[in-house]
Amino acid sequence: MSARDEVLRRVRAARPAVPVAVPREYLAVDGAEDLVALLVDRLLDYKATVRRCNPDELAGTVAELLSGASTVVAPSGAPEGWLSGYQGRVLRDGEPQQLAVADLDAPGVAVLTGCAVAVARTGTLILDAGPDQGRRALSLVPDHHVCVVHSGQVAGGVPEALARLADPTQPLTLISGPSATSDIELNRVEGVHGPRRLDVVVVVG
Amino acid sequence: MSGGNIVARRPFPAAAREELGDAQLRANLRKATHTIRDKRLRVVGEVPDWEALRQSGAAIKDDVLSRLPELLEEFEATATAAGATVHWARDAAEACAVVTQLVRDTGATEVVKVKSMATQEIGLNEALEAAGIDAVETDLAELIVQLADDTPSHILVPAIHYNRSQIREIFTRNGLSALTDDPPALAEAARRHLRAKFLSARVGISGANFAVAESGALVVVESEGNGRMCLTLPETLISVVGIEKILPTFRDLEVFLQLLPRSSTGERMNPYTSLWTGVTPGDGPQTVHIVLVDNGRTETLADDVGRQALRCIRCSACLNVCPVYERVGGHAYGSVYPGPIGAILSPQMSGEGANRTLPYASTLCGACYDACPVQINIPEVLVHLRQTGPHPVAERAAMRALSWAMRDRRRYTAALRAARRGAAPVRWVAGRRGTVRHLPWPLSRWTSTRDAPLPAKQTFREWWATERGQA
Repeated sequence: MSARDEVLRRVRAARPAVPVAVPREYLAVDGAEDLVALLVDRLLDYKATVRRCNPDELAGTVAELLSGASTVVAPSGAPEGWLSGYQGRVLRDGEPQQLAVADLDAPGVAVLTGCAVAVARTGTLILDAGPDQGRRALSLVPDHHVCVVHSGQVAGGVPEALARLADPTQPLTLISGPSATSDIELNRVEGVHGPRRLDVVVVVG
Repeated sequence: MSGGNIVARRPFPAAAREELGDAQLRANLRKATHTIRDKRLRVVGEVPDWEALRQSGAAIKDDVLSRLPELLEEFEATATAAGATVHWARDAAEACAVVTQLVRDTGATEVVKVKSMATQEIGLNEALEAAGIDAVETDLAELIVQLADDTPSHILVPAIHYNRSQIREIFTRNGLSALTDDPPALAEAARRHLRAKFLSARVGISGANFAVAESGALVVVESEGNGRMCLTLPETLISVVGIEKILPTFRDLEVFLQLLPRSSTGERMNPYTSLWTGVTPGDGPQTVHIVLVDNGRTETLADDVGRQALRCIRCSACLNVCPVYERVGGHAYGSVYPGPIGAILSPQMSGEGANRTLPYASTLCGACYDACPVQINIPEVLVHLRQTGPHPVAERAAMRALSWAMRDRRRYTAALRAARRGAAPVRWVAGRRGTVRHLPWPLSRWTSTRDAPLPAKQTFREWWATERGQA
């Protein structure tokens, strides 16, 4: 008997045959009044940098945050306007080829992406590999990640945010603050393998 | 039927006695577990629907266990359709053989690993090493344990038994330089050490926190970004997944992504969570394997009371609140699953060796049950395992005799009277406590870990008779 058949046979023999009803009494809608304020509060708590701006100020805010970066990597679908104030070199991933990992890992490289949804209650950005986010390595290898969130993308709690994702079979990355570890004496320390600097630009209006 | 690193080699009492002698260990554990306890309480306290989430979490897992054959087949079909190759393994040895062969097929001699309880459980690193393949642990705590040539002592933080200065020493011994023993400096040293390995690795190995049947997606919850590196950069990804990790739908994650981070690291959300569904062209590994492992889970599933242990999402909240774990640490349990959950999981997954002593590694205080995000009634299972487990012949004979005496009122009254007469000479030794601390052999085996109470001077029935004149 193959391992597959053997395991399935054992599971069939052992499982309880009683159907289980699953209650879902938890909050489907978070109910917070000012989602943007909540998101900002939670992001700051994780030691991310947060800037609020209106759409006209976006390019200037992004340029200011990226002023220390000599090169910015951007997914091919990131709007031109986001980078119109930035003076350094811009590398578009996939135009024409995917950037090499070494390019992403070079010193002074930052990455600029959007996101699919943000979760206010937990301070989480969800990237779903959409055109303005690109493949997963982009927001991972560079040491500095700038993420643009529009206020309309902010959901209250986790259930609302997951329900908003158009296609959950796309590669998904949930990001809550810069990379961190709790492995030394169970204290949280920011800055391990992922980007050590996370800047979030919340565009209101 | 099972194996790997879940079988204790020494009985818990012997191992615990030795660990208790290490004052530094106890100080480290006390500091770490108390830090995390307070954080967990704070972030759990701010969730108004926490109890409803726990109830849903428990019910979703119970539903999975009752539909497991269908859900496993569904997961196999959806993951395969998404481009993954699904393998099955009956036990630890078979799982290791499957993974080793898959790595060999790539020609790689080094793999990068995401922290994974399943691969710890099956002893994968040892198997790969025997096959000449270097398995590099990339989680900071796993790296510390690997560099120290030690074994994990906690589910979430395998190096919880080391403090910062001990960690710096381990790093220095292995050529990783950290300027100070400040945690940020230590994290920086680990980043530099692993960077080149991430960027050049051809094979990544992971576990999975959840496997979604309806879509074939796998989920890894982590903090440092080492997981993302291993899941994204290599050409080949092999994920070892216990068969109980299945969730029916993507929507079910809305419950577990709230329960898990708050219970484990005491954060509202962990820094990084990755979900991937088979192969995505142009993004991440283009060869994806999933190894579904039984290794004693079906034996656990067969027990009506004990199967709730399979709800476990490996958050380790029960370890952090356990008064026994806090004092003896994880190594005393002799399994990769220590603490309260280990005391019910290890003996059920493998009844071998010293595992039968593990259900006694508890005071039954119930703190673990309160903390468990999926409401595993750990004390209930502990008692159940004690009742159904083996007992010494003398104890069984004594309990049978007691049961015979207590079944009949006259026999019981006579026995009480005899016991009181027998206890009279030792009553003055017991003094006002009314208990005896040390009895002579063979009864000393009973009093070595507990006091023996003396029979009361008067029974309730006798008191009633003197007060009301009726027997």
